Amino acid sequence: MFDHSHDHDHDNHYSDMQARVRALETLLTEKGLIDPAAIDAIVETYETRVGPRNGARVVAKAWANPDFAEWLRVDATAAIASLGYTGRQGEHMRAVFNTPDTHNMVVCTLCSCYPWAVLGLPPVWYKAPAYRSRAVINPRAVLAEFGVTLSPETQIRVWDSTAELRYLVVPERPAGMDDLGEEALAGLVTRDSMIGTGLALAPRTAS
Amino acid sequence: MGFGPVAPEKDEPVFHADWEKRALGLTLSCGAFGAWNIDESRHVRESIPPADYLSASYYEIWIRALDTLLERHGFATRDELRSGKSLTQGAVPMCILKAEMVAGMLARGGPCDRPVHVEPQFAAGDRVKTRNSHPESHTRLPRYARGKLGRIEAVQGSFVFPDDNAHGNGENPQWVYTVVFDAAEIWGDGCDPTLTVSVDAWESYLEHL
Repeated sequence: MFDHSHDHDHDNHYSDMQARVRALETLLTEKGLIDPAAIDAIVETYETRVGPRNGARVVAKAWANPDFAEWLRVDATAAIASLGYTGRQGEHMRAVFNTPDTHNMVVCTLCSCYPWAVLGLPPVWYKAPAYRSRAVINPRAVLAEFGVTLSPETQIRVWDSTAELRYLVVPERPAGMDDLGEEALAGLVTRDSMIGTGLALAPRTAS
Repeated sequence: MGFGPVAPEKDEPVFHADWEKRALGLTLSCGAFGAWNIDESRHVRESIPPADYLSASYYEIWIRALDTLLERHGFATRDELRSGKSLTQGAVPMCILKAEMVAGMLARGGPCDRPVHVEPQFAAGDRVKTRNSHPESHTRLPRYARGKLGRIEAVQGSFVFPDDNAHGNGENPQWVYTVVFDAAEIWGDGCDPTLTVSVDAWESYLEHL
């Protein structure tokens, strides 16, 4: 907010974020502009109710139920809403499906767009310059940093979420899990596998 | 190598410090005033000087932008933001978010699809070129994807146009398309030949080939 003639103040102003943010909350409370209890309620929502388990249930249902998978493919917003996951940063959802030939990966190079309704708040690395700049240029190197090695023939599709569409990657279902129910399948679906920086867990690694 | 390796954190917590929780809540609470929209917020964040932007954590970027928005829209003066003391009455928001309103606000979200009364100019399969344009005002066409040849993969619907909305010039919705580029078109020699990259582009970012 300060112009360049105030560079030093500017830096000092933000050097201690704990104090800075506390002062801002105090000021806005004193001015009657915010309700600290509303902040508590927002935090509680994303700490306890809205997180990657939501997305994992969507993926597990798609694995278990071809009709749901098809609905997810043609109208992801409605299919996801049918499980109760709606609202902020999930208003316009698209699901993209990994196949044996194609691996999908999602980034927002411009800011930090992320499907909150199904994955919760984004991890720090998703919002940081390294991932945002490199995911679109060298996704294989980025995947290696997540411990993921794809076949050299696998096509990689990177989705830069530059508009208001929010992408959920549906990872491939691990083989040999025909006897698992949806809840157990959901346990194989990691957050990173729904961003495209991971794969679904094989049952051995899951336990 | 640029910004260095991505550093995934095992079992990353939702928040790394108490101030991050408050920064999230403050940003959403002040957004509920109804004084600015998400496009203006993004533009303010992206207008932070690059050296500051790149060395700040994302919640710090949010707080820096929130200061600017609060001052720009008259809710707090620079002196108040500096001192943390209320010195003026300031602007009155359309809405003050109370705890009991949070669940409804988050459930409603902020849909930004809007009807338009023109047919889409492009269809799936069309070859297009993105405009080679570098405005200082807000835009959502990433620089790496400007002036590039691509293919329309899908017509995604019509949405608020951020380039206008960020500056208070109206929502002016346009058709949005998923446009796919081969890596060679964007990154040239030495790129990963298996890579394609897509962006979601508003219609005015695109030209017929």
